[in-house]
Amino acid sequence: MTETPKPLPEISAETRPYWDGLAAGRLLLQRCTGCGAIRHYPRPLCPACHSFEHDWVEAAGTATVHSWTVAHHPFHPAWRGAPPFTLVTADLPEGVRILAPLHGAGPEALRIGAPLRIGIEDNGQGLCLPVLHPA
Amino acid sequence: MSLSGKAAVTGVGDTDYTRDAGGRSVLALQLEASLGAIRDAGLHPREIDGIVMPIASGATVAEDFVTNLGIPDLRFSVATPLGGAGPVAAVQCAAAAVAAGLCTHALIPLGRTGRTGGRIGTRIQQMPQFRTVGEFEAPMGAIAPAQYYAPMARRHMELFGTTSRQLAEIAVTTRRHAILNGNASMTKPLTIEEHHASRMIADPFRLFDCSLESDGACAVVISAADRARDLRQPRVLITGVAEGHPDSPSAITQRPDLTRLGLAKAAPRAFAMAGVTPADIDVAEIYDCFTWVVLCQLEDLGFCGKGEGGAFVEGGALGLDGRLPVNTHGGLLSQAHMAGMNHVVELVRQLRGGAGRAQVKDAELGLVTGYGDLGDGTIAIMARA
Ligand SMILES: [Zn+2]
Repeated sequence: MTETPKPLPEISAETRPYWDGLAAGRLLLQRCTGCGAIRHYPRPLCPACHSFEHDWVEAAGTATVHSWTVAHHPFHPAWRGAPPFTLVTADLPEGVRILAPLHGAGPEALRIGAPLRIGIEDNGQGLCLPVLHPA
Repeated sequence: MSLSGKAAVTGVGDTDYTRDAGGRSVLALQLEASLGAIRDAGLHPREIDGIVMPIASGATVAEDFVTNLGIPDLRFSVATPLGGAGPVAAVQCAAAAVAAGLCTHALIPLGRTGRTGGRIGTRIQQMPQFRTVGEFEAPMGAIAPAQYYAPMARRHMELFGTTSRQLAEIAVTTRRHAILNGNASMTKPLTIEEHHASRMIADPFRLFDCSLESDGACAVVISAADRARDLRQPRVLITGVAEGHPDSPSAITQRPDLTRLGLAKAAPRAFAMAGVTPADIDVAEIYDCFTWVVLCQLEDLGFCGKGEGGAFVEGGALGLDGRLPVNTHGGLLSQAHMAGMNHVVELVRQLRGGAGRAQVKDAELGLVTGYGDLGDGTIAIMARA
């Protein structure tokens, strides 16, 4: 039986730098060069000042717990055998959030506001993704 | 001009709801339900001159109904692809269309083979509303609505002390109503203990916090209020209707307040249009893809304050003789997952006094909500004329 591949992101011209950043080991956030607002997830237009112009800044690497879920049902054949795994919604000091799996701890210790550290790991199929560790 | 009272639901229809429609197509199911709704109204199919499609899945289009029903002059057609908020958005759209004179009798058909067709995890990957989370969150293993919505419920529990037992109250009460319905997939009583023993799907959602996958169809006919007078059924007037979108509608992860849905913006508009308050409502059919989504909407509707939904649902409050009878047909949790179109059908039956063993005594004013995709909300308030 062959393993079902995990779905690959459909990458657009606007989101390419984000994925290239992860591949290079950096979590990049989009920053509007019109007004300086940081936005996530990547998209073409700044909703604050409506400038298309932007650059990319590397996230500081820290985060805190905003919420979480523990996946027990895989829903997709590529994750058969993977559950349970914890997905954390985390606040970044840059003012945006990420969703990423919690590595190195179970969900028991999670509390709103608990400190986390951001890492980047290969998902086993050549795609680099952010992960979260207890700080 | 206010839309209040300008349109009425004049016909409702549904097929048997099953876990397996025996290979019948979505279109055949929708046509059966549509004929039921049209006949219920006392209309002939050729009198239908508007069609609103609540789900733009591509499975069926307005042209299919023209072809099969023999509609000679379809004057208005549109789709309202808001996921589970789509059916009530379709009611809003149809009401606006008949009030403006664009058409007179609008059909809203909905059907699906959710059980035997493509399942939810693969289905949403094809929906444009999920494109953002599809790129940035699906690669993490967040594939299905249960996984996207669970962090909203978890945060509500952490902030406000909401418990799994309170979620179970919703599942148990809804099941009790389904058993009274006669056209429901789930027909065995459910206890709190059985809810707690059911397997975890996406914490805090257990199996019995999750809605069904169903095969079947239902439909309604919306008519201009003045024309509805001559039809077969007592008029059920649409007195308030609204749509609302949450902040960060494409990604729950980025939403400033995870515990507030689009309905929080829509509800005050609908109540103002209808000139009523939550305290006036006799019966509420509330979109229930997950138990917690009902609890959150009760707050966003204003039946209680934010964070008070857990206490509100305790003690059988949502039962037929409780303080607010909710999902009197068994909802998506226990009747069938018809994307909330079955909620519209049930509200109309309640207000006509035709809800059988689940009839709420003296129900004259009710509401129905929709909740779709990543938090879009819709609401219609209806009154027996
Ligand atoms: Zn800007």
